[in-house]
Amino acid sequence: MKILVGYKRVVDYNVRIQVKADGMGVVTDGVKLSANPFDDIALEEALRLREKGLAEEVVVVTIGSADLTAHLRNGLAMGANRAIHVQTGDAVSPLTAARVFLKLAEKEQPGLFILGKQAIDDDANQTGQMLAALWDRPQATFASKVELTDGKAVVTREVDSGLETIEADLPAVITTDLRLNEPRFIKLPDIMKAKSKPIEVIELATLGVDAANHVTTTHYAAPAKRSKGAMVKDAAELVAALKQKGLL
Amino acid sequence: MSKVLVIAEHLDGKLNASTARAVSAAVAVKPEVIDVVVLSDAPEVVAAEAAKIVGVSKVLTVARVENAHALAAILAPQIAKLAAGYTHVFAPSTTFGKDVAPRVAALLGVSQVSDVMSVEAARRFTRPIYAGNAIVTVEADASSVVVATIRTASWPAAASTGAAAVEAVAIDVALPTHTRFVGLQQGKSDRPDLQSASKVVSGGRGVGSKENFEIIYKFADRIGAAVGASRAAVDAGYVPNEMQVGQTGKIIAPELYMAIGISGAIQHLTGIKDAGTIVAINKDAEAPIFEVADLGLVGDLFKILPELEQAL
Ligand SMILES: Cc1cc2nc3c(=O)[nH]c(=O)nc-3n(C[C@H](O)[C@H](O)[C@H](O)COP(=O)(O)OP(=O)(O)OC[C@H]3O[C@@H](n4cnc5c(N)ncnc54)[C@H](O)[C@@H]3O)c2cc1C
Ligand SMILES: Nc1ncnc2c1ncn2[C@@H]1O[C@H](COP(=O)(O)O)[C@@H](O)[C@H]1O
Repeated sequence: MKILVGYKRVVDYNVRIQVKADGMGVVTDGVKLSANPFDDIALEEALRLREKGLAEEVVVVTIGSADLTAHLRNGLAMGANRAIHVQTGDAVSPLTAARVFLKLAEKEQPGLFILGKQAIDDDANQTGQMLAALWDRPQATFASKVELTDGKAVVTREVDSGLETIEADLPAVITTDLRLNEPRFIKLPDIMKAKSKPIEVIELATLGVDAANHVTTTHYAAPAKRSKGAMVKDAAELVAALKQKGLL
Repeated sequence: MSKVLVIAEHLDGKLNASTARAVSAAVAVKPEVIDVVVLSDAPEVVAAEAAKIVGVSKVLTVARVENAHALAAILAPQIAKLAAGYTHVFAPSTTFGKDVAPRVAALLGVSQVSDVMSVEAARRFTRPIYAGNAIVTVEADASSVVVATIRTASWPAAASTGAAAVEAVAIDVALPTHTRFVGLQQGKSDRPDLQSASKVVSGGRGVGSKENFEIIYKFADRIGAAVGASRAAVDAGYVPNEMQVGQTGKIIAPELYMAIGISGAIQHLTGIKDAGTIVAINKDAEAPIFEVADLGLVGDLFKILPELEQAL
């Protein structure tokens, strides 16, 4: 079985992003970029399934600008067999990403797609569900445990009410939650090895994908700030302050 | 004119409070019609509750055995079919809504607007990106259906003094069998619900262990609060996952939020920025949580919590 992994590069989660003064975007120049944390988890899960003998090949896929080669090399160094780079200079919406993944599903015939539950730049949380819909296959979102047996995946999902378990026939789409696993660190020799692994480049325009955007971003603003309040010196003062506000 | 379809969230025959919040957002669209749809194997009781939400024109029920559990793959084709008569489809931005709404959007061939914070016009909304570090205004095409999830912490629950009509509808669409429900392990708790409680007490890594967390529960019970936690506390196994507050947990807006032994990482703060009053108790005076706290107290939580109980 082949596993395709969504592997998006985003602004590192430690960066406190700033909105540009003209409200036309956020400052990304000179900002640290990393793999989306949920995608590292997706890749780790795929690698573990391969190491258990449940998959033969793990392919990392990114959709975006031409400068993502080094990012893909990281995924290869972590252990993916090969990479697919769907290139476009335009911003990629979740719907477009899902349509691109669908084309790759038809071409590559994977048994499993593992994506992150959300990209921490757009925080959309859509692509996996959209891919599953277009592909007409099961989705198991927010996964915290994955077991593969007899052509199906048994997935535990982190939901608001607790932990839900569902069974999905393969092929299927899984999206990862944070507690699914802890991604491994990349070792130096693996970086060397990754240099010879193949990266297939496909121009998005050649895929015949409808990249229409139905939702346009017109303005960026900084969030309303909460200001620093008062410090109290002890428990009695805290209780008094809360009582005064009518909160206790 | 706009017509909004709101997807009801429910579990064990009870309507989830997030539905009434999604209705508030629907009201802000100023539509002609707001219908709520309840998909279930036995929708009557939930539909009767939904019919009380003020602003709702009609509650539609879709009763099918396949709808016994909220599986996105099963629900989405039915909702997509029903969406034909509407300009907007709204779902709460809970794990339920986040799971099903994008599947509906894709079936309709449109992008989705996630986590709507405000409605600026019928097709113009604001939503957070980068863990809430930027708020964008987005505009949906005039020609397409707007599919959106509603950030529940941004919206009050619409009142429940109404009396809308309930109407059973049949949706003729084939449903897949490739996805099956196995089980739900629910956190059983007599405490107030984290997502709708007016007071929340949360513990972080500073609490130190599962056993120590008792001190948080005890204090919360004393003031009638729900209990939450940071991701670090969940990851360390002190508490179950459904208690996580933050970017990847629950986004909440209680009147009082008390962060105890929580440093205040940006991903945690995302979940509480709409809280009325934030109280921080932390032994590190430099902890970032104090930058956003309305009331801060530096010290050892194990000493302070008993003192607080005393002072009550
Ligand atoms: C993609 C992504 C998503 C994330 N989503 C979330 C999320 O949804 N929610 C979330 O919470 N985190 C989330 N995180 C994790 C987040 O970055 C932090 O790691 C986490 O919030 C830290 O939890 P904490 O404050 O409990 O632990 P720490 O940062 O370790 O802080 C513990 C605090 O306890 C204090 N303390 C220790 N002992 C005592 C004592 N005896 N008395 C008083 N104070 C004491 C310390 O001074 C310290 O400030 C996410 C991270 C990533 C990468
Ligand atoms: N441009 C992209 N390149 C690679 N993977 C992507 C891209 N966009 C979305 N994904 C995948 O889809 C997941 C969810 O993204 P989103 O729906 O944007 O929150 C991400 O965690 C990735 O796994």
